[in-house]
This record gives sequence, structure tokens and C-alpha cells, in this order.
Amino acid sequence: MPEVNNLSRTQARERYAASEPLRRFLQVARGAGLRVSAAEGIDAARAVDVVGFGDRAVLKDTLGLVLAKTPDEKGLFDECFELYFKRDEFAAQDAVEPPVLPEPMSAQDPTVSGDGAGGQGGGTTLGQMLLDDDRAALAAAMEQAAREAGLENIRFFTQKNLYARRILDRMGLRALEREIEALRQSGDDEAIVRAGRLEGRIEALRDALRDFVERHLVLFARGETERFREELLKSARLSNLERRDLDRMRVLVRAMAKKLAARYAKTRRRRLRGQLDVRRTMRRNMGWGGIPFITVWKQKRIEKPRVMVLCDVSGSVAPMAQFLLMFLYAVHEALSDIRSFAFASSTIEVSDILEKQEIEAAIDDIMRTIGYGSSNYGNSLADFEDGWGAQVTNKTTIIILGDARGNRTDPRTEIMARLAQRAKRIIWLNPEYRSAWGTGDSDMYRYAAFCNLVTVCNTLRHLERVITDLLESAAA
Amino acid sequence: MNDVLPPGSPLALPSIEAVELGLRSAGYIPSRQIATAVYLAHHLQKPILVEGPAGVGKTELARSVATWLELPLIRMQCYEGLDEAKALYEWKYGKQLLYTQILKDKIGSVIGDADGLVAALNKLHDFGDIFFSEQFLEPRPLLRALQQPHGAVLLVDEVDKSDQEFEAFLLEILSDYQVTIPEIGTVVAVTTPIVMLTSNSTRDLGDALKRRCLHLHIGFPDEKLEAQIIASRVPGIEAKLLRQLVSFVQQLRVLDLKKVPSVSETIDWARVLVLLHAGVLEVDLVRDTLNVLLKFEADIEIAGKQLATLTHKARQDA
Repeated sequence: MPEVNNLSRTQARERYAASEPLRRFLQVARGAGLRVSAAEGIDAARAVDVVGFGDRAVLKDTLGLVLAKTPDEKGLFDECFELYFKRDEFAAQDAVEPPVLPEPMSAQDPTVSGDGAGGQGGGTTLGQMLLDDDRAALAAAMEQAAREAGLENIRFFTQKNLYARRILDRMGLRALEREIEALRQSGDDEAIVRAGRLEGRIEALRDALRDFVERHLVLFARGETERFREELLKSARLSNLERRDLDRMRVLVRAMAKKLAARYAKTRRRRLRGQLDVRRTMRRNMGWGGIPFITVWKQKRIEKPRVMVLCDVSGSVAPMAQFLLMFLYAVHEALSDIRSFAFASSTIEVSDILEKQEIEAAIDDIMRTIGYGSSNYGNSLADFEDGWGAQVTNKTTIIILGDARGNRTDPRTEIMARLAQRAKRIIWLNPEYRSAWGTGDSDMYRYAAFCNLVTVCNTLRHLERVITDLLESAAA
Repeated sequence: MNDVLPPGSPLALPSIEAVELGLRSAGYIPSRQIATAVYLAHHLQKPILVEGPAGVGKTELARSVATWLELPLIRMQCYEGLDEAKALYEWKYGKQLLYTQILKDKIGSVIGDADGLVAALNKLHDFGDIFFSEQFLEPRPLLRALQQPHGAVLLVDEVDKSDQEFEAFLLEILSDYQVTIPEIGTVVAVTTPIVMLTSNSTRDLGDALKRRCLHLHIGFPDEKLEAQIIASRVPGIEAKLLRQLVSFVQQLRVLDLKKVPSVSETIDWARVLVLLHAGVLEVDLVRDTLNVLLKFEADIEIAGKQLATLTHKARQDA
């Protein structure tokens, strides 16, 4: 009985060993930011079963076909395939052998991972390897120790030293250090020279190891670090962003907007299955004496929202306005009509500027023309009503972005009341926290009475949520 | 080899090299990656999603695979508004209508002696769904591909042009090679067809679809491969001219153009040059025939300015 058990366990281990290099590669690929689902992992295993590990070029093509599904991913995949195999080449010396297979080190050096017996003058395996300058053996031992220390779980650069330490421990550094100490104490000249040499070699080993860990960090954690940064940026207050993050933010905004646009752009015409349009069916079938051979089904038309955006571009709200506009213009294929207005002490229409120029240049342009002044909400609303109020219809959603701080000028709430009657709805986005509303010169609560929705909005995540709601309520 | 084997049997594709040779015999010069994709698609029974710029031979690949394996090519062109009725099956309404009229009297005689409505109805039930059987089914490309006894090459062309709903509908076919027809039941493929989908990336395809496919991206070929392709497609072209024109086109692709010339355009151009009995590339000749390669006025203008340098370099390279 136990034998049978053993056998099946060995078999299981063998199968596991066969898929091990692939599993590790998948992990690397995920770390690099490729999205590899479990199903794709299985496909990859099946594909590798078919072509084998023998030919590296074929292996690369094969995994590329199964794992990378966009041009971006193809690029990423190529890069991380090369990185991964370069690393293993270094361990396996030359690539005649299938380079993914790790060297079976544990069979050769059972003592590598232990603390070593030590004591006989450089007698530990590590000490011996260092003295012999046996690079291949050292590299293999490093790989082995790294596996044991779980180096593939490294995610952040702050963990570099931690992992380096763990690997050194597993390679038997402590025992070696004790040994060097012993050599020093012995007073024997030759032993002291030997100790000095060993110490030099250890320094070199540390350098090599630092390099090694760094490479792993690049290999396993690049995507992770990037994702981590993106998560941070998504929930950072937009007014606190630093200039160097702006480029990254733009990329993020575009990606988010693209997702939303793809989701909502196509759902305009949805067939209501199973609901017969009796009137139109009868009409269609008049020719057959009213016998309904051709059926017509009811359809629901989904309107794209018409949006008018009013952005406060006075100093306090400007950074936010920039992103709101960027977002709206990026989703504009999901909207039928956007008109944008900027105001500080008066209102101007900026749709033209935004449509004709690249968004970044346009925003700079707007800011130069009107931005950074002190805001006068009453005046600006009056301007808006005079100039464009007639174009607000019951299909229009008005989005106002501002902190509602009018520097103690007349808020002219009666204009808001009239706008609220005309428009489908009014959404007010305020970058200030709720606790600050109504304090000082803030007229937020006076305006709030006329808005369908008033919400805090000062991170990218807030923005995404607001715009999703906007598109969703139109589709419902 | 293919004469002996039943077409499409696994034995017909013993190795990647065999695929490469087979496609060459059908007049398609594949890169290693393309051959690998076809090989894997067959052995893993997975569809291939082919993406790439227009004119690099996406559709041609499917055609060549079909020619080589002597399988019927069933092509379905996608467009906005394509639905199940046009892609999968439709009932032959006209035939159904006609038959009900013709059989009217017969039905009268069948149920004539039944007394009462319920008895008549039961009698009718005994005949089953005569009007919803395979005789009245009009198979469309997808169903036809599943019904082929020896398998087929199913080409779903420009899947990015179809609606998202249709894409979702394709999933059942792509993963299980079966479709469900409510009145008849589930139709399973007789022999698994080789499925290829092409896309020009006018929109992003859904992840679900991508996950079920091998993803093959065909870019522009390198100089050597392109020369081979032209040589195979335009027999009788002089070696020197071939090298020069390929080098010229490769240089054009680096320029900042609205639409860079694709392989199909290179082939057209080569044909034109052969027709004009050109032996070498001359600046004037290139200027006169540039509209074969470039399809936008602005592009012709950009390239026109550098024509002399480009031609000179092409002649030097070759």
C-alpha cells in the first residue's frame, strides 16, 4: 500500500515538475502586467505539450499566440520572455539544454541550504565555492536559495534587502562568518590571509546578489509596482498631484474613458425581445390580408446624453476642471453632444477650443484666457443664461464643477431655479469635502436645492463614478 | 501526401515545417509564427484570431489553408447588424407557407374525421413539427461549417465590424463547436472545422472572445519574406527589380504616412511594373505608378518629395 501511494506521489511530482517552469513563467508574465487567466494558463500548458520545450523560437511563438492578445501585450510578452530566459541561461550556462528547466541542484549539493557543518578552515560549501571562485556552482546555489526564500514573491523595491539577506542566510553565510571569525582568532598567519580573501569574496557575492535580486524585482514585480502607483493615483486628490504625475494621469484618464466609451457607445438600439409591436406588425402585413407573416418587435431607443459642462476655472478648482474636461472629451463618442463652458467672473464657451486643439494645449489656452481669477458665480450664471439658456432642453444634463465660493457676491439662485426647470437634470460636482460646504463664502447649500445630484468629486475615481452614472442613467 | 489522407486529419499536419511547406504549396509564404499558429490551431482545436493592418494577407491565409488541405472554405463577412438569421440558420418561410397552402386539403382529410377540437389537435400533434424540420432549415455559413462531413475552414471575416451581441453569440461555436437551434436541438460539428477570425481592430474585441482564440498578429513582413511573397505571387518578375521594389516599399513604410502600403499593394505594384516591362526602378517610372502604392493625395505628396533619394537608395541596396 505505501508503495503504491509513493509511486503515485512521485508521478504527481513529476507532472508538477514538468509544468513548473511554465508555471513560473506565467507568474513572471503576470508580474509584468500581462493578464493571464487560469484558462489561458491551461491552454499554454496544452500548447507546450504539443510543441515541447525543444525549440526556443517555436516556444516563444507558441506562448505568444496563447498568452498575448493585443499588440501592447505582444511587446510586453517578448520583453519578459527574453528577460526570463536570459536569467535562466545564466544559471544553466549554455542554452543547449531546455533553458527553462532549473538545474537539479539539490541532488548535487545537499548542504547548500543548511547552515553547514563548518569548522575546517573554509570547509563549508559556501566557503569552498568562494575560494575556488566556482561561479557556476555559486550561481546555481544562489538560484536554489532564492527559490527557497520565495524570491518570486518579491513585489516592492523596499523588499530588496530583506530578500538578499534571506538568500545569503540560506546559502550559509552565517556559518561562513563564524568560520572567518574563528580563522581570525586562530592567530595563524595563513588563516588570517585566508579570512581576508574570503571576506573580499563575500563582498563580491553581495554585489552579485544585489544584482540578482534587482533583476528578479524587474521580472516579477514591474507590473505590480506600476499597478500600485496607478491605484494610488486614482484615489489621490487631483489638486495635490505633482507635475511629474500628470503624464501618467493622462494615460489613466484615457484608459478609463475608453473603457466607458466602449461600454456605452454601442447600446443605443436595443431590441426588446418578445414584445410584439402590434401596430407596426399589422401595417407590415397588410399585403397578406393582415396575417402576420413578418413580425415586428418593439425596440427601445436609448438616447445618448446631451451634456453642458460649466467649469469653474478659478485657481482653486482649475486642476479638477482640467481632468473633468479631459474625461468628457475622451468619452465623447458615447455622448451625442457636449458643450463646455468655462467661467471665473464671467462665462465663455470653450467647446471650439477643446475640439480643435489637442486637449492639453486647449486647457492651457483656456486657463490663459479666463482662468485663475476670482470667481463670481452669480455673474457667470447670468452670462450662461443670457447666452445659452435657450439651448438648454429637457434632454440636457448640466454638469457644474465648482466649489460654489462666490467671494460673497450675489449667488443669483433664481437663475439656477430657472435652469433646473428647463434641463433634464443638474449635477453639481464639488471638489471640497462635505464638511467645508456652507462655511465661509460657500453657497453650496443654496444651490444644492436646485440640483438633482450634488457630490464630492476630487479624485479620478470620483470622476469615473460620476460619468458612469451619467451614461448609465441615460441607458436605463 | 494529402491525396492518401482524408483531408483535415491530424496526420496531415505532423509538424510545423509540414504546415510551412503545405502553405507554400498553396502559394502562401508564411512566417514561422503563422505556421506555428495553424499547427497549434489544428492540434489544440482552437480558433485563430488574426489581427493586423489591411492587406497583409489575413483572409488569404484562410483561403490558402483551405486550398492546401482541400477543405471547403466557408466565409462569413461580418458587418454591423449581422444577426443569427444571417449567420446561423433561417427557416424557409416561403417554402413553409407554400407547403401549408398545398397541404391544406390533406390536413382537412387527416383531421376531418376527428370529432371535437381536442381530438383534431391531438391528431395534428402526432405528425410532429413537420414544418420545423431540417427540410425547412436554410443553413447559413456557421451551421454549414459544422455540417461539413470532412471538416471545413470557416473564415469569420472582419469580426470587429459586427455588433457586440453577435460576438457573444459566436462564443458557443468557438469553444464547443456546436450551436443550439431551439426547434431541433443542439447541432454538434461532424468534424471540427478550422476556424479563423480576422479583425482590423476598428474596435476592441471582448476579452471572452480573445480568450478562446489563439491570437496571431500579422505585421508587415521583413524584406526577405516580402521578396519571397512577391516572387511567388508575381511569377516572371526579374530578380533585380524584385529586390529594388521591395527595398523601396520597405523604405516607404518608415515614412510618416496616413496609410502605409501593404503587401497587397506591393504585389499590385510589382504586377504593374512587370506589365510595363520595367527592368530597373527609375524615378519617373516610380512617380507615374506611385498611385498604385499610396492611396492618399497627401501621402503621394510626402513621398513625392523624397522620391529621388528613396529610389536611389533602393537601387543601391539591391
